Amino acid sequence: MDFGPHAGFIMASYGLCLFTVLALIAWVRIDKANQERALRELAEQGFSRARPDSRSK
Amino acid sequence: MAFWDYANPTRFLRLVQVVLPWLIGLCIIAFAAGLYMAFFTAPQDYQQGNTVRIMYIHVPAAWLCMMCYSIMSISSIGTLVWKHPLADVSAKAAAPIGAAFTFMALVTGSLWGKPMWGTYWVWDARLTSVLVLLIMYLGLMTLWRTMDDPIKAGKAAAVLTLVGALNLPVIKFSVDWWNTLHQPASVVRMDGPTIHPDILWPLLMMALAFTLLFFVLHLMAMRNEILRRRVRALRLRAASVSHPGTAAATAQPAE
Repeated sequence: MDFGPHAGFIMASYGLCLFTVLALIAWVRIDKANQERALRELAEQGFSRARPDSRSK
Repeated sequence: MAFWDYANPTRFLRLVQVVLPWLIGLCIIAFAAGLYMAFFTAPQDYQQGNTVRIMYIHVPAAWLCMMCYSIMSISSIGTLVWKHPLADVSAKAAAPIGAAFTFMALVTGSLWGKPMWGTYWVWDARLTSVLVLLIMYLGLMTLWRTMDDPIKAGKAAAVLTLVGALNLPVIKFSVDWWNTLHQPASVVRMDGPTIHPDILWPLLMMALAFTLLFFVLHLMAMRNEILRRRVRALRLRAASVSHPGTAAATAQPAE
C-alpha cells in the first residue's frame, strides 16, 4: 500500500499509538502480577483476607 | 442488583471477571474492523491525501482523553459527595490511561500538523488546552503518589480533578471561541457531521474500538488498585502484629 510522500508521518503516528497501547497493557499486567505476588507472600506469612462466604458461617 | 451493590469491592471484582473477556473480545473485533476500514475502504481526502488516515487514531485519542477526564470528574463527585468506596479507585486508575490517550492525541496531532500546517506545534488555544490537560493528568498521578493514605490522597485528588474539569469546556469550545489553526468541530455539531460518510464510518468504528480499549484498561487498572489496597491493609496488619503499637491497621473502604 502506497501512502505517498507523507508515509513516514502516517507510519510514525500508528507506530507510536501501537507502542503506547502495548505499554499500557504491559503496565496493567505487570502491576496485577506484582499485587498478586505480594498477596501470595502475605498469605504464606499467615496474613490473608477471610473468604466472604466463610465469614458468614 | 442496584448500583450501590457494586460498592462492595469483592462483588465488583467478580463482575470484572465476568465482563472483561467479553469486552476484550469486542475490543479486538472493533479494532480489526476499524483498521480494515481505515486502511482499505476509506478513500484519500481530496486535499490531505493519505495523511487523513492519521485522523482515525488522532480524533478517537482526543475524544478519549476528554471522556477519561469526565469520568474522573464524575468519580471525584462520587468521592466527595457520596463517599462511594470505588469512586477514588476509579479516578486513580483512570489517570495514567487518560495521560496516555492525551499523549497519543498530542503526538499524532503534531505528526499530522507538520505535513498539513507546516509546523509540528503552535501555541493556539486547542493545542495549549490539551497540553494543560496532560499536565493535569501528570499532576494528579503525582499527587496520589505523595500520600500514603489512599483515602486522604483520593479526597485531595478529587478536589484538584474538579478544579481541572474547568479545562474541558475550554478544550471543546476553544476552536469556536478563538481564532485557532486547529479546525473547528466536524463530527459533534448541532447541524450534524460535515465529514463524508466514507470517512465518517471508519472514524466512528475506531472511536468505538478506542472506547472499548479504555474500558478494558480501566477495569483492569481498577482491579489492580483494589488488590494494592488489600496488600496495604494486610501489610499494616502484619506490621501491627510484629510491632504492636507502632502500626495501626486502618481498613480502607476499598480494601
